[in-house]
Amino acid sequence: MKLQHTMTAVTVLAATLALIATGPRAEPAQDDQLVINGEEEVPTQAPAPAHLDGALGDTIYSGWLFRDPDTRAMQKDDFDNPMFLFVDAGIETWNTPDGTEGKSCADCHNAIEDSMKGVRAALPKVTEKGELWSLENFVNDCRTNRMGAEAWGWNSQEMKNMTAAIGLQSRGMPVAVAIDGEAAPFWEKGKEMYYTRYGQLEMSCANCHEDNYGNYIRSDHLSQGQINGFPLYRLKDQGAVSTHQRFVGCVRDTRGVPFEAGSQEFRELELYVASRGLGLPVETPAVRH
Amino acid sequence: MHRILALTIVVAGFGLPAMAEIAPEDVPWSEDGSVAESLTGTPGNPDEGKVIMTTNALGNCVACHAIEAMPDVPFQGDIAPQLDGAGDRWTEAQLRGIVIDAKRTFPESFMPGMYKVGPFIRPGVAYTAKPPEKPEDIKPILSAQQVEDVVAYLMTLSE
Ligand code: HEC
Ligand code: HEC
Repeated sequence: MKLQHTMTAVTVLAATLALIATGPRAEPAQDDQLVINGEEEVPTQAPAPAHLDGALGDTIYSGWLFRDPDTRAMQKDDFDNPMFLFVDAGIETWNTPDGTEGKSCADCHNAIEDSMKGVRAALPKVTEKGELWSLENFVNDCRTNRMGAEAWGWNSQEMKNMTAAIGLQSRGMPVAVAIDGEAAPFWEKGKEMYYTRYGQLEMSCANCHEDNYGNYIRSDHLSQGQINGFPLYRLKDQGAVSTHQRFVGCVRDTRGVPFEAGSQEFRELELYVASRGLGLPVETPAVRH
Repeated sequence: MHRILALTIVVAGFGLPAMAEIAPEDVPWSEDGSVAESLTGTPGNPDEGKVIMTTNALGNCVACHAIEAMPDVPFQGDIAPQLDGAGDRWTEAQLRGIVIDAKRTFPESFMPGMYKVGPFIRPGVAYTAKPPEKPEDIKPILSAQQVEDVVAYLMTLSE
């Protein structure tokens, strides 16, 4: 009798511990919706694109669902979202002449709300010259070739202000990068990188963001590593973070040597990672911790 | 006279492990991924092992593995199997092999090799993101004695 009692207690204890270990931790948040400014709902999940062949199950999830409630709340209100400081600065720059030609972005493109709608959702893409360009490349092309102004650094504050302002114009629109035709060879290279085990820890993007999303690495709740919210505000860095900056950080964390922000390799990786989020609405500018 | 004798023993004691230490390239692997021989000849210290396993800059095993036997360690990861009972499931030689380079036991594993210096793809010097200037700049994550300490702790994990 006594023994049985103890056995039951042990069983209950084991069950409780198992629940703590796997219960509420293993999932993206299921009970929250990203409604911005109390009016605009941005869906944070979508059916997985066919090219993934079930690698992420049947649903893709925004990184927003893996963050804690406070961080999620900051992204629900543009007044609480620290990125809007940078968006405002970007819009001011949009309207300000610069360079030897004395032109502003607005002189050629008029209102950012009209001309830049949908642009972010379709990038990176292949140009007429057959090169794979990210949003940053297009911005610098205008600056150097049409305005006679200096190129901005890939991770400079000016560049992040502008890509955030342009990205916002696609908020709510599904990611729609082309991966066939001329884009296909770039996409293939990006895919190969995604599954390459870099660094002394010999870990690939897939080891963390495909095999283990929903699980914890120490206190970090692993997401699917989607890029639909970039550039985003990272509370830990108290600043804006570009897509390539995040890639650099993740490769460094494998005790590896990352490629440069803006490199051919990271643009190819960006195209492939964007395609893992095909159909997921753009959230730029997101908030993470 | 007594004193001199004691001193001699201490010096010999320091000299011995260094002489016997096995380098990462020379680990005597068995077919099944186990390593029977101690890397240092000095028995591992399980208390040290526990510290190594829970320290970010050292083994940081708890980043991936939960260990209920360490309830005081917060934020244990869950991307790898729970380690309680590892001392029952595996022999000391098998555990040494898993810690040195888990891919010899689990071919597709993403558990990092703790006493391995290559070959790697784009290895950096620790977390600096900088490439090594010379091959020796890539140091194993744990020293030979730290591996022995970790194995000694794992052997205490029985259920
Ligand atoms: C050792 C584990 C690990 C590896 C390997 C890794 N990451 Fe990450 N990554 C993380 C963690 C932890 C975070 C922060 C939490 C989260 O969003 O998953 C993160 C975040 C991200 C994010 C931000 C997601 C968001 O919504 O804010 C992206 C994008 C990303 N990773 C892409 C990649 C890519 C691409 C690779 C490969 C080049 C990669 N990661 C490799 C651990 C890893
Ligand atoms: C980045 C993740 C990661 C880290 C860090 C890590 N491991 Fe592992 N470990 C794994 C995975 C995954 C497995 C499961 C084997 C497989 O891949 O099939 C494993 C398996 C094991 C096993 C056999 C599992 C069992 O209990 O039956 C032992 C023992 C072990 N690890 C010990 C350690 C020790 C000790 C450390 C630190 C010095 C460590 N691990 C660090 C990922 C990790």
